[in-house]
Amino acid sequence: MTNENTTPVIDNADAAPPPPRRTKTEVAVAELIKAPWTAKVGLVIIITYVIAAVFAPFIAPYGESEIVGSEFELPSDEFILGTDALGRDLFTRLIFGARNTVGIAFVTTCLAFLIGGITGMLAAIFGGWTDQVLSRIVDVLMAIPQLIFALLLLTIFGTSVPTLIIVIAVLDATRVFRLARATSLNVVVLDFVEAAKLRGEGTLWLSLREVLPNISSPLVAEFGLRFCFVFLTIAALSFLGLGIQPPTADWGSMVRENASLITFGDPTPLYPAAAIAILTVGVNFLVDWFLHKSSGLKDGQ
Amino acid sequence: MDNNQSKEKPDDNLLHISGLKIEGNSDDKWLPIIKGLDIQLMRGEVLGLIGESGAGKSTAGLAAMAFARPGCRITAGSIKFDGVELTEQSEEDLRKLRGVRISYVAQSAAASFNPAHKLIDQFSEIPVIHGVCGQEKAEADAKELYRKILLPDPDGIGYRYPHQVSGGQLQRAMTAMALSCRPELIIFDEPTTALDVTTQIEVLATIRDIVREFNTAAIYITHDLAVVAQMADKIMVLRYGELVEENETREMLTDPKMAYTKSLWAVRSFKKTDAPPVHEDIPLVRINNVTAGYGKGKVIDVLKNINFDIHKGQTVAVVGESGSGKSTAARVITGLLPPRLGSIEVKGEALPADYRDRNRDQLRHAQMIYQMADTALNPRQRIRDIIGRPTSFYLGLEGKAKEDRVRDLLSLIELEPNEFIDRYPGELSGGQKQRISIARALAAEPEFIICDEVTSALDQLVAEGILKLLDRLQQEFQLAYMFITHDLATVRAIADRVVVMLQGEIVEQGPKEELFTPPHHEYTDLLLSSVPEMDPDWLTELLKERAEKGIMSSMSSS
Repeated sequence: MTNENTTPVIDNADAAPPPPRRTKTEVAVAELIKAPWTAKVGLVIIITYVIAAVFAPFIAPYGESEIVGSEFELPSDEFILGTDALGRDLFTRLIFGARNTVGIAFVTTCLAFLIGGITGMLAAIFGGWTDQVLSRIVDVLMAIPQLIFALLLLTIFGTSVPTLIIVIAVLDATRVFRLARATSLNVVVLDFVEAAKLRGEGTLWLSLREVLPNISSPLVAEFGLRFCFVFLTIAALSFLGLGIQPPTADWGSMVRENASLITFGDPTPLYPAAAIAILTVGVNFLVDWFLHKSSGLKDGQ
Repeated sequence: MDNNQSKEKPDDNLLHISGLKIEGNSDDKWLPIIKGLDIQLMRGEVLGLIGESGAGKSTAGLAAMAFARPGCRITAGSIKFDGVELTEQSEEDLRKLRGVRISYVAQSAAASFNPAHKLIDQFSEIPVIHGVCGQEKAEADAKELYRKILLPDPDGIGYRYPHQVSGGQLQRAMTAMALSCRPELIIFDEPTTALDVTTQIEVLATIRDIVREFNTAAIYITHDLAVVAQMADKIMVLRYGELVEENETREMLTDPKMAYTKSLWAVRSFKKTDAPPVHEDIPLVRINNVTAGYGKGKVIDVLKNINFDIHKGQTVAVVGESGSGKSTAARVITGLLPPRLGSIEVKGEALPADYRDRNRDQLRHAQMIYQMADTALNPRQRIRDIIGRPTSFYLGLEGKAKEDRVRDLLSLIELEPNEFIDRYPGELSGGQKQRISIARALAAEPEFIICDEVTSALDQLVAEGILKLLDRLQQEFQLAYMFITHDLATVRAIADRVVVMLQGEIVEQGPKEELFTPPHHEYTDLLLSSVPEMDPDWLTELLKERAEKGIMSSMSSS
């Protein structure tokens, strides 16, 4: 080999061009504009529901359990969607129902993620006995059909809103546990977690700073789906009479209270049912898009 | 297949690519990958394509089949194969061409074989589908080829599944498979990059023999100059999708014209500053009779009675093939794998075997740099936090002091603090990430750093930069390195002492000069002689020499 003394020309051999830096809001807005129409529809639906839930007392024409007319009145200028079996305005109850059903579902889902997420990450980080014990408990809970188990527990502990939230949250946390554990297992084997362990970091740092940021995308997507399930479970329980108790307005119980009308060709029970269906579809649209983005799937080219 | 052109006159010009332009899609923008490239290839000629990662070598190679990877498109230029313009052919006609007249050997045979099918079934798949011959004839042909490339048990090996043969054998089986239809052109895309040096020799010999025997033309893509020197008749150097230089192999090696080519050639000449002689009697780190293994109950020992010392300011290189126990030794030292017997001593005192029992100061003094900088840095933390955490964790720095320290460290690893401090690892190149890993290790102010294959995932020029940086830091802070590698060129460049490992045992150890001068242990000799050299006659001579000594028996055992 000759020319050993030539000076190496290393111009920028090691430099990537700096990417343009954008703030998080700019990125989010740009992403939203590029989003498919389904995601936009989903977002509009969710925003509408949230507004209805938050400003319910201002939007609704009457009070939540105020009896304003006679039973089963047909839709008129006074009562847009007619009245129910007790003469309460159906439209008003629909709007307050958003607040109760969606609000309780949201709190329940948050709690489920808190319980499931933390235990799932701990199971992955510690492994061994911790993992075995936690996973077997979850297996046992999951072995019993969820709705029946919930009915059983609610019959035992009574049907107040806090028990409802706790029971459903615990049962749903099992699913979150599985996801959090599986995704965390992929992260804890990576070198940067090993580096943090060797540095002497504690469990709190490992889980919150090293693992959690790297599993947040699938968890957020799961949050949307889980929210739908919780929401439907609450509606189902209310329909069965063990969920949210009257006179609180709730879509599930509204379907049950007016169910007999369907035999007379009256669409009244379909309104709360539609409210449930539309929100579920909207959330799923948004979650699909989010899953698509976070999993790195690209449109086939 | 329509081969009317061959009747007209035997044309020696097999492949003619001119003015080739390829673009790739990134964030909804089309960026040029190949910016106008011409390739001429005669029948039976081997062309070496070299360049760093991102130079467009693989893209150019695939273009010879008129194939563009998903997200890429060929925008201009002509690709004439045996007189036929491929860019105007329909996808259907191209499919008939690919695999039959042009075939492709990928970098990782392990990833390219379908794990659910036997080797021989995958071999015969292409000729049978394309109607070249029937299943039985294809299988007979496979055995014939397996015999020719000296695979052990040529009649039986085809009935194994991909995971039942070694990596080198798999790569050779892949080469045989590429030949199943006797193509006129084979594209080899870094076929030996993932292999150990001793295995690499076998694959290189196989490829070269087979290409010569069947008079097949080949495009050999690699970033390793010494390898391309053995294989190619002519070499093209690519950079940023453009041709830098093209010449006959011998002339290119002896007389490179362009500055960039010269710098590539000069990479291997880096030598570290010699470490000062050892004064103290007590080594910084002593690996004392360590035996360690994995599994509970019936333990399989991966390390058997290992002893070596690392002194202050010295670099100890641990070399060996994959599976020799080098990385396990590092795990024992860091305390991730408590040894079954023996101990780790630091400055004469035994360390607790499990890292969880060590105190912060003990942890601080032994830092680690990993092979894959991608997974070694948390993608969700900014550089500021990645480097800053050890400073606040071990040294209690906060606020302004911490910020200043992070900036100092960034300057130390030759990255501009203002530009990099707020970036995420995903916004850095491979070499920059590895520098950040080094900074994180330095932030703990250690005395001893374990470098686990830190340069093997990097291009040569970038790797050289990292080695220089490590050397400079050693001078500045009197650091001791344990340098795990399978690359002997790196060992030559950076080591003071060398430890050679084979199957969990230390075969030989000593100062570098001593180890690199004969006589050495039989295995050390095999390892050293397997490192490709720039001399284009090296492979031929080595094979001749080994055939005389009978070392080629390693071919069937590995």
